[in-house]
Amino acid sequence: MATQKQKKQEKPIVLFVNEEKEPLFSKKNRSLVTDPLNDNNPITVQVLGICSALAITVQLKPALVMAIAVMAVVVASNVIVSLIRNFIPNRIRIIVQLVIVAGLVVLVDLVLKAFAYDVSKQLSVFVGLIITNCIVMGRLEAFALANGPWKSFLDGIGNAAGYGAILVIVAFFRELLGSGKLFGFHVVPQAFYDMGYMNNGLMLLSPMALITVGLLIWVQRSRNRKLIEK
Amino acid sequence: MDTNSNKYTFIFSIIMVVVVGTVLAFAAVSTKGRIDKNVRLEKMQNILSTVGVQTDRAGAEKLYNQIIKEQIALKEDGTVDNAVDAFKIDLAQELKKPVDKQRFPLYIAENDGQKYYIIPLRGAGLWDAIWGYISIEEDLNTIKGAVFDHKGETPGLGGEITTEWFQQQFQNEKIYDASGVLTGVQVVKGNNDLTGARKDDNKVDAISGATITSRGVSDMLEERLGRYKTYFKNLKSTLAIHNP
Repeated sequence: MATQKQKKQEKPIVLFVNEEKEPLFSKKNRSLVTDPLNDNNPITVQVLGICSALAITVQLKPALVMAIAVMAVVVASNVIVSLIRNFIPNRIRIIVQLVIVAGLVVLVDLVLKAFAYDVSKQLSVFVGLIITNCIVMGRLEAFALANGPWKSFLDGIGNAAGYGAILVIVAFFRELLGSGKLFGFHVVPQAFYDMGYMNNGLMLLSPMALITVGLLIWVQRSRNRKLIEK
Repeated sequence: MDTNSNKYTFIFSIIMVVVVGTVLAFAAVSTKGRIDKNVRLEKMQNILSTVGVQTDRAGAEKLYNQIIKEQIALKEDGTVDNAVDAFKIDLAQELKKPVDKQRFPLYIAENDGQKYYIIPLRGAGLWDAIWGYISIEEDLNTIKGAVFDHKGETPGLGGEITTEWFQQQFQNEKIYDASGVLTGVQVVKGNNDLTGARKDDNKVDAISGATITSRGVSDMLEERLGRYKTYFKNLKSTLAIHNP
């Protein structure tokens, strides 16, 4: 126990050497993936990446594609930064991270345009906006700079999945209540409209995304006592 | 090694910029061919869909060559400029020029014995450019079909101009109003024409929450269609001579 504590206080370079002995899917490593899904969710707990959660949750399909694109970028940038973390000059580390993230996003954009043209049309501006997603830089600063590539990889998967989960939930409610559709298909039967049901146009506007996220945080905290501040 | 020294920082940034620059330049060059082809085929797909021909990207080129009979570039006075390849005209660049220097592309299609005139459109939405194609029937008044696309309109709001329900509204609308003035089609609030039954009012329903994009579509139609007025007038008088 005492030695473990000591390890944590030592410099990151030592951590990298020591962790080789750890099994690939140790409990700690698994929690790197599962924690961000609930206890440490980037959107509802850390309140990062709110901007894109507002912008692209009007419909389910772009939300899902965005979640996948963010996962690709978070994972790749986490691993790259983690690999070169001991060579990055501390004073320009933010710039280095930004260059890596921006480079990856441009790469993703080009690949989508060349090989999945329709998907890239779907995402339109939001591919470029991944660069400004706080989660990407947040994970680099908070995790990849101090941990090895495998852990950073898992951390990237976990956080992107936590982000994507919230995105999909918010998009589900906004598309259902706002336009009566899911994935672009009408799910609210015509009989409802005939009886006087109307789509709530307010759900399509960004403020309702914020309120939906707020409600999600409420639900999450009432179920998960750990999150309540004393 | 002291990773905090000025020398190291400089060397690191230089290497980083060179490496990232090389990778991106390589990626851009190696995907350029595919991307250009995708854009070209999509343009053909869009032009075809205005005359009611739906096709996937792979089959677009063949159908395009069958259906599109003529591609002409018009001058401001309605005469044809043979020196310009209409398909290659980039409206984004063209719109920046003064009107007398601009060339106006026009595609003439024939499908099922009907002749259609297809006009490319380009204008401004809320965030960025919007564009599209509109096809007009032989009476030079009735709209056969329209497609729209955009660069950065909000999905679910302005981005809805790419959806079928919005584009379908334009079918059979007229571009000239009752008094014979070219007004295009206005995208307005409170048109209350959900079923698209009224085709003679030059109006279609706007998208809720996307007022500025809707206005952009109206303005784009009026501006672009107006440029072909002279050509259409000349065409009408020649048609009248041939088919009295």
